[in-house]
Amino acid sequence: MMLLLAAGTAAGILVATTLIGPKKEFADKMEPFECGEHPIVSPKLRFSVKFYLVAIFFVIFDIEAVFLYPWAVIFKDLGIFGFVEMMIFIIILAIGLIYVWRRGALEWQ
Amino acid sequence: MEILIPTIKLATIYPEIIITTFAILVLLLQVFPTVIGKDYLGYTSLAGVILAAIITGQGGASGEGGEAIYSFSNMWVVDNYSRFFKLIFLLGTGLTILISIKYTKDEGINNGEYYSLLLFATAGMMLMAGGTDLIVIFLGLELMSISLYVLAGYVRKRLISNESALKYFLLGSFATGFLLYGIALLYGATGTTSLKGISGFISEASFGSPILIMGMLLLLIGFGFKIAAVPFHMWTPDVYEGAPSPITAFMSAGPKAAAFAAFLRVFIEALPSLQGIWVDIIWVLAALTMTIGNVIALVQDNVKRMLAYSSIAHAGYVLVAFVSTDKLGVASILYYMLAYTFMNIGAFAIVIIIGGKGEEKINLKDYTGLAYRYPLTAAAMCLFLLSLTGIPPTAGFMGKLYIFSAAIKSGYVGLATIAVLNSVISVYYYMKIILAMYMKEPESSVQHSPLVFTPAMIIALGLAVYGVLRMGIFPSAYISMAQQSYLSF
Amino acid sequence: MFYIIGGVAVLSALIMVTNKKPVSAAMSLIVVMFCLAGIYVILDAHLIAALQIIVYAGAIMVLFLFVIMLLNIQEKEGRVAKHKIFFQFTWILATGYVFINMVKLIGAGDLPARMEGNIDGFGTTRVVAEILFTDFLLPFEIASILLLAAIVGAVILAKAKIE
Repeated sequence: MMLLLAAGTAAGILVATTLIGPKKEFADKMEPFECGEHPIVSPKLRFSVKFYLVAIFFVIFDIEAVFLYPWAVIFKDLGIFGFVEMMIFIIILAIGLIYVWRRGALEWQ
Repeated sequence: MEILIPTIKLATIYPEIIITTFAILVLLLQVFPTVIGKDYLGYTSLAGVILAAIITGQGGASGEGGEAIYSFSNMWVVDNYSRFFKLIFLLGTGLTILISIKYTKDEGINNGEYYSLLLFATAGMMLMAGGTDLIVIFLGLELMSISLYVLAGYVRKRLISNESALKYFLLGSFATGFLLYGIALLYGATGTTSLKGISGFISEASFGSPILIMGMLLLLIGFGFKIAAVPFHMWTPDVYEGAPSPITAFMSAGPKAAAFAAFLRVFIEALPSLQGIWVDIIWVLAALTMTIGNVIALVQDNVKRMLAYSSIAHAGYVLVAFVSTDKLGVASILYYMLAYTFMNIGAFAIVIIIGGKGEEKINLKDYTGLAYRYPLTAAAMCLFLLSLTGIPPTAGFMGKLYIFSAAIKSGYVGLATIAVLNSVISVYYYMKIILAMYMKEPESSVQHSPLVFTPAMIIALGLAVYGVLRMGIFPSAYISMAQQSYLSF
Repeated sequence: MFYIIGGVAVLSALIMVTNKKPVSAAMSLIVVMFCLAGIYVILDAHLIAALQIIVYAGAIMVLFLFVIMLLNIQEKEGRVAKHKIFFQFTWILATGYVFINMVKLIGAGDLPARMEGNIDGFGTTRVVAEILFTDFLLPFEIASILLLAAIVGAVILAKAKIE
């Protein structure tokens, strides 16, 4: 019920402003404000593949981090057994980090 | 709350631990190059493979008498079946490393990552062979596949290698999706991912739920892709042609065997009650795979591409044995995969030698008159090709004999007939290479650069020739080994 | 509650598929991801819901956007296939068939009993963790090796220079 009310209020305000508010559309207004130049231009240059590499590393280490949540929840119950298995997991991925680092994949050149 | 900590028999995964450790070791040696020279990375990984093979051969844990040892909450098993397959993988990887050493230097890809990924792929294959839970099998398959996608595109400056990696990745991940969806549906239908649990549930419930059948079909498609069965074979020619030759050799032997290992185990152990359905489907797949693989191979001039289609056809022969699903069938698959590893990697070794730097000479015309210039090399190639055709006294002949007799004994005479006819077709294109090598005079106008033989390459070739002849002339030891592997199943 | 979130999810999924601008499509995909997370919360699967947001709506979507920018796809309509209508018709038939079957399957209640209802907090973080770190120990460790192999692969394929 609360949720419906909240959603309804938000939607209502949006609808109301679009209905009631004055509408004057012209080219300059429809553009985001940016000093002196047109902000929306098609990028001539492609994005560098380096961004992609960073994104991949983000995904991978994100997944690693995610495994820590359930582990933390039952850490006390698992005791040393859980500690060892998580350490193996982390060490293997730490080797991945060392590798990436030493390989120079983190440098932007 | 008390949590039951499972007892773990670490000894059951020693071979896998060794392979993984060496993979990591080679990786670290690459980024800390002061310890040993880059030239020894290949040999280091080879040492790991040999060590793992020795431990696997000894039984991994206390597997004397061949009884299966389960561990890791029944997710993992060491039995003769998985040990036999693991030895095939390790053999394939070992041979691949031997034929890679010079190739990687020529192509400027002599990195630790190359060997590291090979070892990771091997670890994945071993996990596929020993996993008794769909999750373990799936993770092993992914580990293997991801390493292979990268290896296929390893020669980055070659456009065709990039294309190969991209195609393999896109189609491969699609197939993985099918497989995963199949696993999810099986889990949904039975509430477990353990192979034993699934078969237990199905026999208790004794109904063919549509979800179950849909899951089985999706699994079939996923595995069908990995073994390159028609009609899921589209990626094979392009990927095999574009990938670096040692990787093509590797892909056609180890991962294919691994996919068969998991395929067999999942279908025979978990889904025996649906046998009535899947046997018919595999029958059709086998017939299609053999026929289409062989017929398209007839018109190929590029030897690598021809061998790709031939490998499709060979997957078809193995599927023939799969149809019979009994002890003899499984034993003949094991025997055939071992023989195939020897003969196919051998043939690719020659392709690498002749291909030379940059893999430029991979067409049929580059083989003309080889026998006049390098009689021994030509003889070895001839032997491998005869074995692939299935002509005595080679391993390929015995392998085909066992497969066909297994099919006939189970009453699949029609399929066996198709298989024999296909073998006859295959004679034509294998003979084309042999004829080019022996019957045609070398063209004097073409300048031949001398072929380079390195010790590692010679060892690999020697091993392959030995294996092909030994398994062809004295097959009984290997056959009984293969048959024992089924007992523990 | 389920129907609200489910409806939004299906709607956003439709927008995503039909939208011609790749970035807008990706944005609708984020909405789908969040809705799925909401459904997981309803099912008491809090961990999966958190994963859904952290990994999918966060990391994977970043990757998506980077790839879109990497490829620099223009807002162009793809080439119109020759038998477009025929293909569309076939697709609609195929999806319709699968959909009807799914409805039938779910309606027939063909699922085994243990799938019904929530047993002892099935799916909560604690239960998942207990299974993950005991019975599924081996897959858990394999996952780390898999991630390591993926790291190596990403470096090999995407790094600008490899000596």
